[in-house]
Amino acid sequence: MAMSQISDAPRPIREPAPENAVVARNVSKHYGPVEALRDLTLEFPRGQLTSLLGPSGCGKTTLLKIIAGLLEPTSGEILVNGEQVTGPGPDRAFVFQDFALLPWANVMRNVAFGLELRGVARSEREAIAERYIRDVGLAGFEDSYPHQLSGGMRQRVGLARALSVDAQVLLMDEPFSAVDEQTRRKFQEDLLALVENENKTFIFVTHSIEEAVYVSDQIAILLPRPSRVSEIIRPSGIRGKGADNIRRDPEYLDIVDRIWASLRSYVE
Amino acid sequence: MTSYRSLFLKLLSAVLVFGAWEIAGRIPVSYSFPTFLDTMSALAALTLDGTMLRAYAETLQPLAVGVTISAVFGIGIGLWVGLSARFDWLFSPIFIVMQAAPLAALIPLLVMAYGIGLTSKVFVVCIMAMPVIVLNTGAAVRNTPSSLKEMGKAFLAREDQIILKVIIPAASPVIFSGLRLGISAGFIGAILAELKITPTGVGDIITYSRSIADYPSMYAAIFSIILFAVLFLNLVERLEFILFKGNNRGYVSD
Repeated sequence: MAMSQISDAPRPIREPAPENAVVARNVSKHYGPVEALRDLTLEFPRGQLTSLLGPSGCGKTTLLKIIAGLLEPTSGEILVNGEQVTGPGPDRAFVFQDFALLPWANVMRNVAFGLELRGVARSEREAIAERYIRDVGLAGFEDSYPHQLSGGMRQRVGLARALSVDAQVLLMDEPFSAVDEQTRRKFQEDLLALVENENKTFIFVTHSIEEAVYVSDQIAILLPRPSRVSEIIRPSGIRGKGADNIRRDPEYLDIVDRIWASLRSYVE
Repeated sequence: MTSYRSLFLKLLSAVLVFGAWEIAGRIPVSYSFPTFLDTMSALAALTLDGTMLRAYAETLQPLAVGVTISAVFGIGIGLWVGLSARFDWLFSPIFIVMQAAPLAALIPLLVMAYGIGLTSKVFVVCIMAMPVIVLNTGAAVRNTPSSLKEMGKAFLAREDQIILKVIIPAASPVIFSGLRLGISAGFIGAILAELKITPTGVGDIITYSRSIADYPSMYAAIFSIILFAVLFLNLVERLEFILFKGNNRGYVSD
């Protein structure tokens, strides 16, 4: 499987925040009287994976959907490559928590759906989809329907669909929360390889501290009531050590502890 | 393997039902209740002398027109009702009232307004068939999973693409179940119209055979219309599976 080939050689440590692919500037969001986000400012460096981490109700999915253009901010703005977001665009692709696959369409059509909506000719879009189906390790399942696949395989379809539209920014809304623990670990390793191999910017929502520290170049910790960025952590020291060693690294464990210490008071 | 078994079970249940019918006819439970075999031979006689064919040519007119109108407008209005809250507010009550109304009581009004011809019969079929099609379609469209619509939006679907490629396929199982219910109600409507307005077609065979106490013929006509309805509904189900392949996920297929 192509995605899982994680090299043992240390990764080159990336330059800290060279240029920002996505910028959220003074974003606020109200749902009627409920304040989901207040004056939130955050930068997402190009080619890196930024996690939005926080307890439930802290507005992390809301922020992700505002970046996607699926929700409108009450005030403030989102810039993608310096341009203001007014709605969904070809520069961003979304991976959904509940997969959001079309149950009546087979894997091939689901993966090619983004291209189908853009009017790409059938033979062309199926060739592209086929490549990404192979990349995520689902070769041979092109004609299967979602109900015939396991949860992990369904999310691979969702990932292949997002990759096949070739967006520069990949928005992932708790993509691994609905799959089992073993599959999730595999996904996390694959994600590290993906960040390394694809020249894309990843924005990753999660509520798992370990997951955030394991996969992220930058972790934005959001706190609720009112939602704000309380801290930005860059676990740079553990990044070059290879997927197998991260979980044993003292710095990894320290960061996990530190984040838990700052979050625990918000968990009732 | 399983298809053989399900075919066997279907045959078995047919044998049980028809066997019970035959026994009940032989006891007899009532003088006016013919045996299964008598009914079948009456059916064969009616079919062979062409009576049945002429009757169906007559009955199918209001049925086909009414069911087509109900399906096309029913699904169209249903889509609209499901997509727009204002339209829902405007139209749903009409169809709820239509569904609840005792049709037999309305027939004299229809006859006064539209006479005893085809128009009134088509109306009866539509009143029976349309509400369930509209209400099912509306409910199905309204209940499209919001994450699928959101997915369409995130992948740059236009409004019309979301309706055609997400909402309609997602709603299609419930739309089709509404269509099946609507069509079977339409069959009831067509026969009711022929019994209540003017005796023509299959309704005429039923009425006439009863008046001359030819009960096997009467039951043969009733049996034939039920058989026809079941076959037609199967055809609709086939159509659904051709149009929406992924829908075939194990609910009733026959």
